[in-house]
Amino acid sequence: MAEIAYWEAIRRAHDEELAHDRMVIAMGEDIGVAGGTYKATSGLYQKYGADRIIDTPISENSYTGIGIGASMAGMRPIIEIMSINFALLALDTLINAAAKIRYMSGGRVSCPIVMRTPGGTAHQLAAQHSARLARMFMSTPGLRVVTPRGPLDAYGMLKSAVRCNDPVIIIEHESMYNMRGEVPDTETFRPLEGAEIVRVGTDITLIGYNYSVHLCLAAADKLAAMGLSAEVLDLRALRPIDRDTIRRSVEKTHKVVIAEEDEAAVGVGSEIISVITEECFFALDAQPVRVHAADVPVPYNRQLEKAAIPNADDVLAAALKVLGRV
Amino acid sequence: MNASDQKRLLREMIFYRRFEERSFEAYMERKIGGFLHLYSGQEAVATGVLETARCGHDYVITGYRDHVHAIKAGAPAREVMAELYGKETGSSRGRGGSMHIFDPTVNFMGGYALVGQPFPLAAGLALACKHKGTDQIAICFLGDGANNQGTFHETMNMASVWKLPVLFVCENNLYAIGTRIDRSTAVTDQYKRVCAYNIPASQHDGQDIDVVMTAASDAIAHVRAGRGPYFIEFMTYRQRGHSMSDSNAYRSKEEERKWLERDPIKIYGDRLKKAKVLTDKDIAAMEKSVLDEIENDIVRFAEDSPEPRVEDLNKYCLDDQSDPRWIGPLVQGEQHG
Repeated sequence: MAEIAYWEAIRRAHDEELAHDRMVIAMGEDIGVAGGTYKATSGLYQKYGADRIIDTPISENSYTGIGIGASMAGMRPIIEIMSINFALLALDTLINAAAKIRYMSGGRVSCPIVMRTPGGTAHQLAAQHSARLARMFMSTPGLRVVTPRGPLDAYGMLKSAVRCNDPVIIIEHESMYNMRGEVPDTETFRPLEGAEIVRVGTDITLIGYNYSVHLCLAAADKLAAMGLSAEVLDLRALRPIDRDTIRRSVEKTHKVVIAEEDEAAVGVGSEIISVITEECFFALDAQPVRVHAADVPVPYNRQLEKAAIPNADDVLAAALKVLGRV
Repeated sequence: MNASDQKRLLREMIFYRRFEERSFEAYMERKIGGFLHLYSGQEAVATGVLETARCGHDYVITGYRDHVHAIKAGAPAREVMAELYGKETGSSRGRGGSMHIFDPTVNFMGGYALVGQPFPLAAGLALACKHKGTDQIAICFLGDGANNQGTFHETMNMASVWKLPVLFVCENNLYAIGTRIDRSTAVTDQYKRVCAYNIPASQHDGQDIDVVMTAASDAIAHVRAGRGPYFIEFMTYRQRGHSMSDSNAYRSKEEERKWLERDPIKIYGDRLKKAKVLTDKDIAAMEKSVLDEIENDIVRFAEDSPEPRVEDLNKYCLDDQSDPRWIGPLVQGEQHG
């Protein structure tokens, strides 16, 4: 068991899957000769060559479409989109093609692509580099959407995504590529479905995904110091949602906070509250609270950016409110 | 080409015309729903190009006017008609309809409603052919209207840079839905537009199947030899509107009459008669046998087929045979980091 960085975990998954199956290729902007914006494919061009680590022009919609077409003929492309903001350009091929082809062909043609992309705010990247957009993908039938919170899932979910026959969107995070965590030395697959109880607690459930799990964990530490026991649930997959694990946790703690880095409207938090309402409304002892971004494009100014994006103290404050401590 | 192949080709085009016209009738009877885009008038293009390709081996993909391409590529006509009827026996199990015919058993990889979307999908199919090292190619049929999408330019660029084995067939029928080409497009000769991407290209008469076959055969040889993509433009005309909801008010009667005189079935039939390959009587017999086949076999099959079961509504959305190692369930308490 070694401790490695998030980007190294992604790189290792690429390397193992490329070695395992010649039909696996990677494609994206600057992923080959340049080694990848986040180093997630560094060294692979030298090892696997230009035909399998494909540097694309800046044409997101069509290179995604080319990956989809290749997948229809038996290949397993891992498509990197440099920022989820740019994935908006590829929505036609992703949503109108990849997500629908299996269904509209009556199950006769699959599109086993993986699209990896960082979605999140980082350090003053301003509005056009700071979108999160997970909510848009999670509402699309025919896709799988996963949000690895650390190196183990970043590694093991990418491996599963490559093997799975469905199109999988992996949402990473600009601020997590250097985050370190333990990953087994032996080959490991992590499932693309299932929420995970990251920390067991009894007084309140803090629900997060991707980077916001870490805000929940930090808030849980502070609550523990105050003698309050928070359970932290990592959704892991935004599509499909693991309703059972959410229900079981809420039935135990009776109180919920949902932390999302995105804006609130029509979002992950709204969906999770709907799930809770449908699954276990009468288990709730207090009204659930969402912690979310301000309803504005993300500003450049450091102070304004900080004010727009939720942090661990915001999660803590929400939890105390739900717990009736304020 | 010998006389029996010539007769077969003429019969195929008559069959495709009747298939489309019969779909029109079924649509008017409300047995077919949604949008229906008919290929009448353009038969020589798909028939001629695919006659020179290796159907079942090469990949074929197109837009929403896809019935004839699918059948010529090898999809059973019965299943295509059943798909128009939305039946479980249809090419796409009734889930796709007229615009989304698929038959991967013959490498017909679909019809798509998003104009221009098949460009990158075709290049991707070609990328797979190249990667596997087979002598397959991908053939992408689209209309002139598709060339004003960004995917046209993006895909031409990548197909050229990566020397992909893909043949782009532009069926220039002069109208992007209801807008005439010179009103929407700065360069009306479509083959000229790909010179910016260093792709060889040519323009031909799309109403004469002999011309189509000769031109397509050269283009396919180029692509199959590994020399990269080729763009071939055929000038053609649809005899019906864009879809069934089209008033067809944007074309002059004079223009329509002129193109009707250049009906591909008439051109080829006249040539075969002149060459004494067949007589008017033979053609009449051919038309009758086509009518019988479509009515008593193709349409009968579609009408007699079962509807999909409502219980199967969610089937085919995701792979229901997924290995639990890839999708779960997740065992709690095994997490690290």
